Amino acid sequence: MNVQQVILKLQSFWAEQNCFIMQPYDVEKGAGTMNPMTFLRSIGPEPWNAAYVEPSRRPSDGRYGDNPNRLYQHHQFQVIMKPSPPNIQELYLESLKALGIDPLKHDIRFVEDNWEDATLNAWGLGWEVWLDGMEITQFTYFQQVGGLDADPVAVELTYGLERLCSYIQDKENVFDLEWEAGYTYRDIFYQPEFEHSTYTFEVADHDMLQKLFVTYEQEAAAALAKNLVFPAYDYILKCSHTFNLLDAGGAISVTERTGYIRRVRNLARKCASIHYQERERLGFPLLKEKAKEEA
Amino acid sequence: MAKTLLLELGLEEIPAQFVDIGRDSFEQKVTQWFKDKRVNYSSIKAFSTPRRFGVLVFDVDEVQPDTVEESRGPSASIAKNEDGSWSKAAIGFAKGKGLDADQLETRDTEQGSYVYAVKKVTGQKTIHLLPEVVQLYLDVSFPKSMRWGHSKTRYVRPIHWVCALFGDEVIPATITNIQTGRNTYGHRFLGTEVELEQADDYEETLLREFVLVMPEKRQAAIKQQIALLEEEHGWTIDQPAELLQEVTNLVEYPTALHGDFDENFLQLPDPVLITSMREHQRYFAVHSETGELLPHFVTVRNGDHLHLDNIKRGNEKVLRARLSDAVFFYNEDQKLSVDELLKRLDSIVEQEKVGTLKDKSVRTAALALLLAEALGVSDKDRAFLERATELLKVDQSTLMVDEFPELEGLIGSDYLARRGEHEMVVSAVKDHYSPRFNGDRLPDSKIGAYASIADKLDTITSAIAIGQKPSGSQDPYGLRRQAAAVVTLANHFALNITFEQMVELAVGVAEKAPYTIENPHLQKDIEEFFLLRMKTALEEADVRYDIVESLLVLPLGRVDTVFQKASFLQSIHGTEELKQAAEALGRVNNIAKQDEQLLLDVSPSLFVKAEEHDLYKAYEALRENMGPMLDHNDVDGAWQQLVQLSPVIHRYFDEIMVMSKEEHEKNNRLAQMRLLSVEINRFAKFQSLVLPS
Repeated sequence: MNVQQVILKLQSFWAEQNCFIMQPYDVEKGAGTMNPMTFLRSIGPEPWNAAYVEPSRRPSDGRYGDNPNRLYQHHQFQVIMKPSPPNIQELYLESLKALGIDPLKHDIRFVEDNWEDATLNAWGLGWEVWLDGMEITQFTYFQQVGGLDADPVAVELTYGLERLCSYIQDKENVFDLEWEAGYTYRDIFYQPEFEHSTYTFEVADHDMLQKLFVTYEQEAAAALAKNLVFPAYDYILKCSHTFNLLDAGGAISVTERTGYIRRVRNLARKCASIHYQERERLGFPLLKEKAKEEA
Repeated sequence: MAKTLLLELGLEEIPAQFVDIGRDSFEQKVTQWFKDKRVNYSSIKAFSTPRRFGVLVFDVDEVQPDTVEESRGPSASIAKNEDGSWSKAAIGFAKGKGLDADQLETRDTEQGSYVYAVKKVTGQKTIHLLPEVVQLYLDVSFPKSMRWGHSKTRYVRPIHWVCALFGDEVIPATITNIQTGRNTYGHRFLGTEVELEQADDYEETLLREFVLVMPEKRQAAIKQQIALLEEEHGWTIDQPAELLQEVTNLVEYPTALHGDFDENFLQLPDPVLITSMREHQRYFAVHSETGELLPHFVTVRNGDHLHLDNIKRGNEKVLRARLSDAVFFYNEDQKLSVDELLKRLDSIVEQEKVGTLKDKSVRTAALALLLAEALGVSDKDRAFLERATELLKVDQSTLMVDEFPELEGLIGSDYLARRGEHEMVVSAVKDHYSPRFNGDRLPDSKIGAYASIADKLDTITSAIAIGQKPSGSQDPYGLRRQAAAVVTLANHFALNITFEQMVELAVGVAEKAPYTIENPHLQKDIEEFFLLRMKTALEEADVRYDIVESLLVLPLGRVDTVFQKASFLQSIHGTEELKQAAEALGRVNNIAKQDEQLLLDVSPSLFVKAEEHDLYKAYEALRENMGPMLDHNDVDGAWQQLVQLSPVIHRYFDEIMVMSKEEHEKNNRLAQMRLLSVEINRFAKFQSLVLPS
């Protein structure tokens, strides 16, 4: 199964489970959790089920396209379901079967792994899922998001697409993965990997990035002052990515690091609570949809 | 008739480290419940897997035994009116107990005659009581718990089923909206949902469904399978208890299998390979019979023996990626010289208020040199110690320690050896974290021990200097453990320096360091902090509590001497010799305590009796002789000094009233007592000893 087929398979599987199939969000981010379709939508009482692919940037993992496993940008397949359905583990295992992974022929385990994102002031408990010893999915029950208690609790599944595919295709090197018949991951991603790594480690103008961080931070605060949650959140994501670039470039000392994280976290907390208020002010519209359906 | 009780809670995978906690705590609560309810049974067996835990209780009586409840009411005279009829008090008492007054009994007791309400309580049917036991599941608390869906309950992981049978009957109860039933679930992939006819079928039925519910049986199966692999291949497979425990709690149906990795990876230091396999993958490492690490590993699958090839291949692939990463880190690290590695410590903050790791290294080296000087270490060893303490933290800037923090020290020593540092230096760097816990191995060399002491003493001093003394459960830097390690090392390596001198040196280094000391009582706070560690250390050495108490006096003197004194006192505890001496010495201490403000100024010219002069002479002799004896660890000699002193004290008290009516006499005598007490306390606070009379 090539990468493209894996994505299509997962999309159709989760569409059948009543998830909205969303598209990647167009602001740089480190993980699918940061997409507003997860971060903001997991706040508050409204039900929400969605699935999407998220290209995720981790500047410090950039290796100029030389490393068989580490990438500046990898792909996550993200599923978020609120409230967490009681049969979520079974659904997940069914999705593996849909990809041709028969649990009887492999060793699949749920090994404790708790998740925390300091910049988002979010954490959850769950597992990493092992397929014959390889971590292929992060499975998390959100407990807090943006400093707010998750109620009801959303569950998040994050499939690491490159890892999963390199298992399915039995490849040692992600760049050898077949994206589509006749075309490899290398064909598509080698050049951006090389260039982004070069930029991150050798070219990025740290003074400019530091100024940008401050500009984005101010703009996020300005938008929040007007209760404009989504625009503010875009600037928070930009702060986060800018910080990651600076961090990868070695431009942030250990002491400064906590300060930067705190600044992003404060914005994320504020954004989360204003988002809650705004949804409340609108009467939690998706709750009503659900009530209508049930009636 | 007695029946078997089965309680099984089914959950999503419980973290391996919490499985035992949940099972043991539930077993304890159930046992207590049976005791409280007086329901008889023959035995209880707790079980657990990653997805379930509970108990089987055998031969449980179907009814609670009948009991008689007795309560004493008013006295007979108050219970009856003059005309012999029941009084209001008696009628009220009986009513309160659900009886008629005529059912009250009058009994003669030692305190006089009283009325009693005697009520026979018929035991209830056990099945009616059992719903309460099911609820005990919710009383089990875990170190980390969570919510899920709309649940308000917090629990270790979401709950899915409760199987609760008393014999063949379902115990009706509800936990977090889940009804108890007679169905249980087998292995996630190999088993199915099954209905249990009766509690007794539980273990066997689940075995058929590919679940070994008893953890000891699972562990035995794993060990046996590992032994087979050892036999088949001529291997020795390391089985650290913790890893074995964890793996037991990660599987319901274990099957051990082995995989291989490329021999080229053996270029990595053994601890890196072993740690990478154990920490990241929960693999067991494989050695040859002669102790060489081999390019194989053993993993335990949660399932049967089919399709093991897939699983072997998959695991080998994962390990290959892991080890390739490790090789990359290792090779990157090798590009840096010792000086380059050291230079990087400049930018690693140890503690914001205290400074960088470079600052820490400078302080540790300074302290180590002062210690070496006080201990009379040879010039050659001093040079090794100086070099080692400069290099202690050299590995903190490496990619390898970033990836495997638990290998700090080991990585440093490996890198230094490769860069041609002297073997004494390498060994001290390797050992300077030891002992990491109570009972851990100690440094191989004295130099390693001194480096370890200097490192820890500096950490403790700087933390207390900025007001970070541990309190309650707050001990973020593990200072208590480090202080315990200093005590162990000072004792084991017989450090020829008093505890107070050691602290003084550390405080001196702190005072010269560039950070700001916020604590005005630094020396005193450190000493008191250590005193508590000393107490724990003595208790752990099985020293009697009263002896421990008698030895915890500042100044402590040499640490090893404290332990020597403890075992000496333990050996003469109960003898007449100790009793005689302790009586005299304790008496001095007790009187001396009466006025601790008094100046320690004794004027022999004010003495009126010969006994006073004799005691003063004996005091001077003690001061001159006993201190140096203790400093040289001569506990026997010091004790003889005290033994000689005690008849002098006895004679003194026979003749002298310390609390004289003459103020100047009284003060002079009290001062004499104080001076003497200070000397006696160098050995022990004898008044704390609890001696048979």
